[in-house]
Amino acid sequence: MRRLLPQVGLYAAALLVAAIILAPPIWLFISSISSSAELLSVPVHWIPEAPTFERYVQVITATGGESAANFRRSLLNSLAVALLVTTICITVGALAAYSFARMSFAGHGNLIYVLLLSYTLPPIMLVIPLFRVMGDLGLTNTIQGLVIIYASLIMPFAIWILRSYFQTIPADLEDAAMIDGCTRLQALARVILPISAPGIVATALFCFLASWEEFLIALIFTSSPAAKTIPVAIAEFTGRHAIDYGMMATGGVIAALPPIAIALVFQRYLISGLSSGAVKG
Amino acid sequence: MATTSPLQPVPPRHSRLTHTQQERFLAWALIAPAFLVVFALIFAPIVRAFWMSLHVIDLKRPALGQPFVGAGNYLDILQDATFWASVGRTAYFMVVSISLEVVLGVAVALLLNQHFKGRGLLRALVLIPWALPITIDAIMWKWIYNPTYGALNSLLYQMGVITSYRTWLSDPVSAMHMVIIADVWKTTPLVILLTLAALQTIPPALYEAARVDGANAWRSFWSVTLPLLRPVLTIILVIRTMDAFKVFDIIYIMTSGGPSDGTKVIAYYTYLEAFSFLRQGRGAALAWLMTLFIGMMAFLYIRLVNRETEY
Repeated sequence: MRRLLPQVGLYAAALLVAAIILAPPIWLFISSISSSAELLSVPVHWIPEAPTFERYVQVITATGGESAANFRRSLLNSLAVALLVTTICITVGALAAYSFARMSFAGHGNLIYVLLLSYTLPPIMLVIPLFRVMGDLGLTNTIQGLVIIYASLIMPFAIWILRSYFQTIPADLEDAAMIDGCTRLQALARVILPISAPGIVATALFCFLASWEEFLIALIFTSSPAAKTIPVAIAEFTGRHAIDYGMMATGGVIAALPPIAIALVFQRYLISGLSSGAVKG
Repeated sequence: MATTSPLQPVPPRHSRLTHTQQERFLAWALIAPAFLVVFALIFAPIVRAFWMSLHVIDLKRPALGQPFVGAGNYLDILQDATFWASVGRTAYFMVVSISLEVVLGVAVALLLNQHFKGRGLLRALVLIPWALPITIDAIMWKWIYNPTYGALNSLLYQMGVITSYRTWLSDPVSAMHMVIIADVWKTTPLVILLTLAALQTIPPALYEAARVDGANAWRSFWSVTLPLLRPVLTIILVIRTMDAFKVFDIIYIMTSGGPSDGTKVIAYYTYLEAFSFLRQGRGAALAWLMTLFIGMMAFLYIRLVNRETEY
C-alpha cells in the first residue's frame, strides 16, 4: 500500500498533463470535422454525429469557395518560404558557423555576439524602416521579400546552433584531414559536415519552424493571396464578421500538421538542438 | 587565387600569402555572406529606424513634411500615460505568464523524470504545444473561449462550475488572463523540455547521498535539485522575458488589444502607432525603446551563459 499510493498519484498526474495538452488540439480537430449546424449548437456537441472530412477535401483541391482556395494558396506560400529560408540559412550559416567555431582572429569572434543581438530584436523594429524600402524595391507582397527578411532574421540563430555543434567535434579530425592534403574547405565538406549531420538537421528544423510560424512581418508585407502565408490567412479569417468556424478549424489543423509532424518525427534532434543552442551556448 | 578553386589544395610554394594570412582571409570570407545579409536587412534598418525616430513622420498628414525633432518623440512617449499603461500591461503579462510557466514547467519536468509506463509517449506529447504555431494556438483558444459556441462555457456549465455563460474576452481583466492561459499552454513545454534536459544530467548519486543523510523527497528537491537547476532556470527566465516582452501575435488575433485597451501591450501599441495611425516616427521611437530593453536582457543573457560555461 505504501508503494502503491505514490504510483497511483504518478499515473493520475501523468494523465492530467496528457489531458491538458491534448484537449485543445483535439477540440480543434473535432470542430474541423463537425457539420456547420453542430458547430453552432448550444450546448456544444462534444462528439459529432456525422463527422465529415469535406472541408479538408475542399482545402486540398481548392474547391468549394474562396476561403478554401486561399488557404491552399497560403499553405503553398508558407511551404515555399520556409524551404527557401531553411536552405539559405543552412548553407550560408554553416560557412559562418565554421569560421566562428574554428578560425578565431582578433575581433572576429566577438561578431557572433553582434549577430546574436539581432536575434533579440522585436520584429516591429525592422518592419517600420523596411516598409518604404520594400515598396520601393517592389518586394512587398512577394514571397522573395519575405524570404530575404526571414533569412536575415533567422540566420544568426542558425549560426549560433551550428557553431556549438561544430565546437563539439574534435579539431584533430580536421587536422588529420589537412595533413593528408585537404584544404580547410575540403575538411569542412568531407569531415565536419558529415559528422555534424544531426546538428544540421536540428538547425534546419528550427529554421523551418521559425519561418512557418512568423506572423508580424508577413502581416505587414503581404496583402494578397499571392504572397500571404498561412498565419496571416488564418488571422484574417478570425477577423471577419461572419466566421466560418469549421473552415477556420480546418485551416488551423492543416497549418499545425507540418510542424507537429516534424517535432514528433525528429524529437531527438530537436531536444538536443534546444539544449545545445539555447542552454549550453 | 583566381586560377585555383578554393576547393583545390593550394601548394604552399606557389602562394604569395603566408599561411596565417590565408587563414585570416578565409575566416573573414566565410562569414562575409552571412554578415552582408544580416547587415543589409537588420543593421541598416535599425539605423534607419533610429533616424526616423528623430523626426515627425505622420503618413496621414503629409502636409506637415517630416520635420526633425531630435529627442521629441522619445520625450513625448515617456510623458504619455498610454505608453506607461501599456508597459504596465506588458509587465503584468510577463510576470504572471512566466511565473506560471516556470512553476508548471518544473513540476511536469520532475514528473517526466520519474519512471512510469508511457513516459516516452507523454514526453512526445509535450512537443505538440511547443510545435504548434502561435497563431494557431491563438485561434484555437479564441474558439474555445467563444461566448456562445465555445467549449469552455459548455464544459464549465455542464460541470456546474458556472451557472451562466461568460463572455471571457469581453472584460479587460478576464481577457488578459485568458490570453495568459493560451500563452502558458503553448510555452510551458519549452520550460519542460529545457528543465528535463538539465534534470537528466544530475547524477543519481547526489540523491542517494541526500537520502543517506535523512532527507525526504521534498527536502532533497530544495537542497539538491533546485540549486542544480539554477543555471537552466536563469536562462529560461531571460529567454522568456525577452520573448514575453515582445508578445504580439496572440494579442492581435485573440483581442486586438481590447477590450477597452485591456490587453494593449507595448508591441501592439507600437504596431498601432506605426501602422494604424501611421505615425511612423513615433512608432520607430517606440520600437527603439523596446529594443533597448531587450538588448539589456540579451546582454545579461550572454554574461550569464559565459559565466555558466566557465566554472
